Amino acid sequence: MLEIKNLQVKLEEEDKQILKGVDLTVEAGKVHAIMGPNGSGKSTLSYVLSGKDGYEVTGGSAELLGEDLLDMEAEERAAAGLFLAFQYPVEIPGVGNMTFLRTAVNSQRKARGEEEMSSTEFLKVVREKAKSLKIDAEMLKRPVNVGFSGGEKKRNEILQMAMLEPKLCILDETDSGLDVDAMKLVSDGVNALRSEGRGFLVITHYQRLLDHIKPDVVHIMYDGRIIKTGGPELALEVETQGYAHLIEEEA
Amino acid sequence: MALPQPKQDATEARIAALSLPEGGWSAPARKDALARLRAMGLPHARDEYWKYTRPETLVSAEAPKASVFDSGEAPIFGERDRLKIVFVDGVFDAEASDELALEGVEIARLAEATDIHWAKDLYGTLETNGQTPVERPLAALNTAFASDGILMRVTGKVAKPINLIYHHKSESSDAILHHVVKVEEGGDVTILENGPAAARFNKVMEVDVADNAGFHHVRTQGRDHERRAATHIFGRLGTESTFKTFTLTVNGVMTRNECVLELNGDDAVAHVAGACMGDGDFHHDDTVFITHDAVNCESRQVFKKVLRNGATGVFQGKILVKPDAQKTDGYQISQSLLLDDDSQFLAKPELEIYADDVACSHGSTSGAIDEDGLFYLRARGLPRGIAEDLLTIAFIAEAVQEIEDEGLQEEIVERVEAWLLRRRG
Ligand SMILES: Nc1ncnc2c1ncn2[C@@H]1O[C@H](COP(=O)(O)OP(=O)(O)OP(=O)(O)O)[C@@H](O)[C@H]1O
Ligand SMILES: [Mg+2]
Repeated sequence: MLEIKNLQVKLEEEDKQILKGVDLTVEAGKVHAIMGPNGSGKSTLSYVLSGKDGYEVTGGSAELLGEDLLDMEAEERAAAGLFLAFQYPVEIPGVGNMTFLRTAVNSQRKARGEEEMSSTEFLKVVREKAKSLKIDAEMLKRPVNVGFSGGEKKRNEILQMAMLEPKLCILDETDSGLDVDAMKLVSDGVNALRSEGRGFLVITHYQRLLDHIKPDVVHIMYDGRIIKTGGPELALEVETQGYAHLIEEEA
Repeated sequence: MALPQPKQDATEARIAALSLPEGGWSAPARKDALARLRAMGLPHARDEYWKYTRPETLVSAEAPKASVFDSGEAPIFGERDRLKIVFVDGVFDAEASDELALEGVEIARLAEATDIHWAKDLYGTLETNGQTPVERPLAALNTAFASDGILMRVTGKVAKPINLIYHHKSESSDAILHHVVKVEEGGDVTILENGPAAARFNKVMEVDVADNAGFHHVRTQGRDHERRAATHIFGRLGTESTFKTFTLTVNGVMTRNECVLELNGDDAVAHVAGACMGDGDFHHDDTVFITHDAVNCESRQVFKKVLRNGATGVFQGKILVKPDAQKTDGYQISQSLLLDDDSQFLAKPELEIYADDVACSHGSTSGAIDEDGLFYLRARGLPRGIAEDLLTIAFIAEAVQEIEDEGLQEEIVERVEAWLLRRRG
C-alpha cells in the first residue's frame, strides 16, 4: 500500500540532511509502528509524505497504491487516501470546525469524481462519530482547534480521520497529551477504522498506545534511517531498555 | 489665518464648479458650511490628516471619469424585505424607489423638505462638531452643496430596513448626497446602503441617536474599479444607546471613509467595523475618530483589509477619552492580510486618554497568509485556492461579526466569497 524506497530528504533552506535513506513498506490491513529518539526524523517523514513545503527530496521514492506521492500536491495526496494526524494540530481562528470538515470531505469526494455529501447526511454522520469520541456539539461549532486542550485537539484529529476514511493513516504522536481515558477513546476510534483495505503508520514514544492499538510491525528510526524492524516485542524491548543498545548494534 | 495660495485656489476652483442650492430651511446651514469650507480649504497632499491618502482626485473641480462595470452579480440585499430608496448617479429615482412611508419613521428628501423641518436643527450640526479637533473639509463641502439626501426621523422600532441603493450609470457623474438620521428615544432602525453611486461620490450621513435608541448600519461599496468616494458618518450617542456600523468595500480606485462619533450619554455602545478587499489599483482609507465624553461607554473599532497586486490600505483610528469619561472600554484593532509583497498597509492607531479609570487597547498588524494553517487545510484535501479563500474569510470574520444581524453577516460573507471566486477565475 505505502512503499518508501531509500527516501532522502534535506531542508530546502538549509544544507541539512534529515532523512538519509528510509525504506519502509506498509501493507493494506496492517499497523506499523515507528519509534525512535527525539529528532530522528519521524515527523519529517510524515510531513514529506503528506506534502508539506520546506523539504527537498534528494533521492528515493514514495508510492501510495502504486502512485508517486512525491509528485502530487498536498491536497491530491489527501484525496488519494493519505491522512496525517498531526503531532501539533494547527489552530485556525475564524474557520468553523464543521465548515472545515464538510469542505474537506466534499473537496476529496469532488477530486475523486464522487458525489458530494449532502448537508443533512454530513450532519448525521459527523454527530454520530463525534459522539463516540466524546466531542460535543459546542466543540464542533468552535473554530478549528482554537482554544481546544491538547487532548481535544488529538480527538479532533481522529474525528477528521473518521470522516475522511483515508486509505493510509499516519498518526504522529497522537497519544501525547492524552489522559488515560482519552487514550482509550482515541484508540477505540483508530481500532474502529482498522480494516483489510486500510494501512496505519503509528509514530509513538510509548508502549502504552501500542497496548491499545496492537501493531503488526515495529520500526526503529534513528538519525534519518530505519535501523531495525521487528514484531510487537521490539516495542517492549525499547520500553525496558531504551535505544542505546539498538543504536550501538547499528553503528 | 489666510490659506496658502495653492490651497485657496484649489478650493475656489472646486466651489466654482458647484452651485449652492438656494432658499428653504437649509439655506443658512449651507451658507455657514461654505464659510467653514473657505476657512479650512480643501485637503492638500501635505496635510497631516492626508498623509497616507492623496486627496487630489477627491477635491479636483471635475470628477475623474469612471467606467461602469458589470460584475453580472445581483445587487446585495435584494432578497430581503426592505424599503428601497434609489439614487442614480446621485439623482433620486422615484420610479425605482418605494413610497417613502414606513411605520415608525418619517422619511423625506432633502431636496423636497420645505418649510421649517425637524432636520433644520441637525443638518450640518454634527458635521460642524466633527470639525474639531481635526478638520474635515470635504464634509463641509458636502453640507454646503449636497443636491439631495434622505431625512429620517425614527420614532419607533422600524420593522424593516431602509435600503439606500446607489446606481452608477454615467462615466462622469459627480454626486453629493447628505442624509440625516434622528433616532428618537426608544427608536431603532437598520439602514442598508449599497452600490457604486457615481464616478465620484461625496456623502455625509449625520446620525443623532437619542437615549435608549439603536442605530444599525451595514453598507457595501461596490464594485466599479474606477469609482471614487469620500464619505463621512457623524454620530452622536445618548445614554444607553447603541450605534453599529459596518462597511464592506470591494474594488474602487479611491475610497476614504471617515467615521466621527461622540459618546455623550452614559452606558452608550459604539461599534465601527469594516472589511475591504483590494486587488490592483485600489486605495482604501478608514479614518475613525471616537470621542468618549460620558461614563461607562464602550467603543470598538475592528478593521480588516485584504490586499493584493499592489493595493493599498490605510487606517487612521483614534480614541479620545475626555477627563470625565471614567470606566471607558475602548478597543481598536486594524489588520491587513497582504497576499503579496506589492501591497501595503499603513496604520496610525492613536489613543488620547485624560481619564484615569479606563480600559483601552489597540493593535495593528500586517501579515501574509498563515502557511501552517494553509498546509493543514490542504492536508485535509482542500485545494489551495479554496483553502486560501477560507483563511481569507476567516481573517475578516472578526469585523463581519460586529454586525448584529446574522442574516446580514451571512450575506456579507457570501459577497466576499463570490468576489474571491471571481478573482480566481
Ligand atoms: N524546518 C526545520 N528547520 C530546522 N530543523 C528542522 C526542521 N524540520 C526538522 N528539523 C530537524 O530535523 C530533525 C528531525 O526532526 P523531526 O521533527 O522529524 O524529529 P522527530 O523524530 O519527529 O522527533 P520527536 O520525537 O521529538 O517528535 C531534528 O533535528 C529537527 O530539529
Ligand atoms: Mg515528531
